[in-house]
Amino acid sequence: MQRLIEFCAGLIFGLGLLLSGMTDPSKVQAFLDLAGQWDPSLAFVMGGGVLMAMLGFGIAKRKNKSLSGQVFHWPELRHVDRALILGSLIFGIGWGLAGFCPGPALVSMASGEVKAVVFVLAMLSGIVWFDRITRRAQEPLACAKDCP
Amino acid sequence: MTIDWLNFTPLSSLAGGLLLGIAASLLFIYSGRILGITGILEGLLPPKLGDTAWRFAFLLGLMVSPLVGQWLLPVDALHAPQIDASWPMLILAGLLVGVGTRWGAGCTSGHGICGLSRLSLRSLIATLSFMATGFLTVFVIRHVL
Repeated sequence: MQRLIEFCAGLIFGLGLLLSGMTDPSKVQAFLDLAGQWDPSLAFVMGGGVLMAMLGFGIAKRKNKSLSGQVFHWPELRHVDRALILGSLIFGIGWGLAGFCPGPALVSMASGEVKAVVFVLAMLSGIVWFDRITRRAQEPLACAKDCP
Repeated sequence: MTIDWLNFTPLSSLAGGLLLGIAASLLFIYSGRILGITGILEGLLPPKLGDTAWRFAFLLGLMVSPLVGQWLLPVDALHAPQIDASWPMLILAGLLVGVGTRWGAGCTSGHGICGLSRLSLRSLIATLSFMATGFLTVFVIRHVL
């Protein structure tokens, strides 16, 4: 049952991305192009999403456990740091260059867009590569000899 | 600034946005998990024992959405996406998105939708940051270069 609900959440999220226009990079870039022919549609996506999610998190806040009986994994980080800001600034550059963010890129890949496949592969490499260099920076001595 | 009224789709975009919010609410209220695509992917790179099933279930649902959408969504909502970026540009963009979302711990879904709706200061700062460089980048590639 739980897996089915999670599957449905993914499905509804994908349908929302398709319906909203987020899976069309030219539409995303038209939203980001304030100086050109500006398409404000994506502000409505964000508005609708935030409003509805506010309701959902409001309900969750009044409960101790999720419906499946597990604890709520509320995000624990509170501080604003360099990583958060620099990372987000870098993400925005990539988002602007291609018009893809992670969710829509996955959906677009699933609908058979070859360019989206290439984007997703590059994105996954970026994640793995970043993990690798940060892990190496964290434990330079412990694994100086035989790193996996 | 001129508004592109021809391509402006307030209704379908708002409806799509509401679906995103419903999905995020469903995943959190039922499974207690934050719907952030970056976070969900990260947990699988590499997979950690006992923490993968919900991620795969969600991603599977996400991946079949184009198929289901073909007979659930209005036809005009399903126009073929137009991807203007060149191949090298796509690779560069993908790398930047991967590194950036990993470092910044979230993307448009985790920070933009879940974070903002929880009134998280972290997510507000993240969202303002990626929106700022998003606007700036498109300005540069469309009006400067």
